[in-house]
Amino acid sequence: MNKYLARNLLKDNCLPGQFNIFSLTRRDGNLRRLLLITVIIFISMSVLSPKLFLTLRNFTSMSFQFPELGILAMAMMVTMLTGGIDLSAVGIANLSGIIAALILTSDSVTGAFGNSAIATIILLAIIVSAIMGVVCGLLNGLCISKIGITPILATLGSMQIFTGIAIVITRGSAIYGFPDQFSFVGNGNIWIFPMPLIIFVILSALFAIMLNKTTFGRKLYMMGSNPVAAVFSGINNTQMLIRTYILSGFLSAMAGIVMIARTNSAKADYGTSYVLQAILVVVLGGVNPSGGFGTVSGLVLAMLCLQFLSSGFNMLHFSNFFKEFVWGAVLVAVMVLNYYSNTGRSSFRRITKGLK
Amino acid sequence: MVKKAFMENEFLVALVIIGVSLAIGISNRAFFTVANLFDLLKNSVIMGIFAIGVFIVIVSGGIDVSFTAIAVFSLYVTNKVLVGLNYQGTILLAFLISAGIGTLLGIFNAIFISLYKIPTLIVTLGTQSIYRGFLLAFIGTTLIQDLPSGLIGFSKTYILKATTPNGGIMGLPIAIILLISIVFLCWLLLDYTMLGRGIYALGGDRTAAERAGFNVRTIEFFIYGFVGFLCGIAGIIHSSFARVANPFDLVGNELNVIAAVVLGGTKITGGHGTVLGTVLGVFLVVLVNNSLILLGVPSYWQKAVIGLLILIGTALPAYKFNRSTSRLGIEVH
Repeated sequence: MNKYLARNLLKDNCLPGQFNIFSLTRRDGNLRRLLLITVIIFISMSVLSPKLFLTLRNFTSMSFQFPELGILAMAMMVTMLTGGIDLSAVGIANLSGIIAALILTSDSVTGAFGNSAIATIILLAIIVSAIMGVVCGLLNGLCISKIGITPILATLGSMQIFTGIAIVITRGSAIYGFPDQFSFVGNGNIWIFPMPLIIFVILSALFAIMLNKTTFGRKLYMMGSNPVAAVFSGINNTQMLIRTYILSGFLSAMAGIVMIARTNSAKADYGTSYVLQAILVVVLGGVNPSGGFGTVSGLVLAMLCLQFLSSGFNMLHFSNFFKEFVWGAVLVAVMVLNYYSNTGRSSFRRITKGLK
Repeated sequence: MVKKAFMENEFLVALVIIGVSLAIGISNRAFFTVANLFDLLKNSVIMGIFAIGVFIVIVSGGIDVSFTAIAVFSLYVTNKVLVGLNYQGTILLAFLISAGIGTLLGIFNAIFISLYKIPTLIVTLGTQSIYRGFLLAFIGTTLIQDLPSGLIGFSKTYILKATTPNGGIMGLPIAIILLISIVFLCWLLLDYTMLGRGIYALGGDRTAAERAGFNVRTIEFFIYGFVGFLCGIAGIIHSSFARVANPFDLVGNELNVIAAVVLGGTKITGGHGTVLGTVLGVFLVVLVNNSLILLGVPSYWQKAVIGLLILIGTALPAYKFNRSTSRLGIEVH
């Protein structure tokens, strides 16, 4: 089937009607609940510590903190839309961050371009690390689609490989001392907006457009919700999977850039706890881990919800561990809430699961 | 017959283990000593018990990432209680308390998995941070150094002893008997009881298992409770070996254990796998983890080598399976 027809089929809701109604009510229901929870958290934090929480300084510091995890969560989300998972996202972020760091700190590169061309060097570092992310993603995609390894295992293995290579390159130590212009990417402001936030907003806007307005995005949702139907409607699943993991690798590399720019250093095992946190954000945002459903707005909302919680707890002088506890509790609570409000759907899901 | 044996995953893993052992042994004589074998066995105990638990979960079609958090929760709380009581008796009480706590936490997982039908990955992801967060925020963040004497005694009780080349004495700790009995018990459970058949059936197809008359809910509660129980035991052994109860321990290693189980031939989608394969998978990972240095490989290459091992180990069966299905003319992932 040609692209044009596939797009129109989806636009006109020509899929079995029941299917779409279920997915829509469910998605909106989740989003509404999440919005409510976020607002409740926001209000209670504002009431509990108004002098600290409701300040520009707090919002600035929050928007320095969440973008790197947010971008990683986007990388995770795109693979989860296909029913896969990318455990290697943090590994890719670290590896491509280290590659960028090597370029930024290397004397020979500075020598070749001269100190005046600092912008060129930074651009080069970003491009090379993006290429690194794409290559890593390609490797994942090939393992998953061509060889047929389950995503969770393929990326589990490649996570170890990427982190391993990063350890081999750095011998376990940190790389630091980037040019000031580069750390602007992670620590600078444009007017009152922090750079990481700007990068996050741009990337998530592009990501949302890609998911909702392009054929690629539509095919992605279609393949995620029913891979067999996708094959029979002319979607090349192999090619789609490879592209998905490449995209995930690219986004991970961008997260890596933000990460090293913000901390002004690169290390092989930076942010290892981000893997599970990213999955948590994505799932909390309403992405179905078995594929097919999920929105960027849900992801952003989930990210905000957790960030409000984290910052609020910091201000109330709770420990980081209490934060970890609450994150887990929120995740489980939201899932239970979803269960209660979707009881009609659960019988529907049982039927579809039986068909698989 | 020979050809069939070649197709069996256990046989392949065993072959790889022999190959790796030979390669290490040839380049370093220290490998083929009884002391080294004892060391490898000792290192397999904790991962082995975890792997048996994870194996049961994966066979039933689920996945568990909270087991390390359960283990560390149980071991820390148990030690804190026993030290608080100034308990000086045998390790038995420690095992009882810890396994009890583990079982409770496992059942807590099962409530969400079975009653609310939330995907197992999400539940255990959530409970992992709940258990660990609760432990560190409300119970304690300090190391407990002076463990009850029973725990110290347990790690020093050897069933066999051997002398290392440099004159030290290396013993085979009694905990290995625990591991062997757990493995044996699980093999009996999975292969010879209705409950075990139910676990395989559940992993194969949940709806079919329900229709065949299995009480899926009971099975799920059993699985996660049992995994918690095993974690409680593994936790106590771990603290006994390490001579310290560290609340920051263990969590973060769960993917290694899952990798060992999958290398042993257990299908991540559920329904297929053997206890023997799991044991071999664990031994392979422990072997590679502990012997790369003997092989002269620098320690910072370790992670990359294990990753490569996982990819190759999972690629071969996947490729075989892929070719057999694509012959049917369907290409679905």
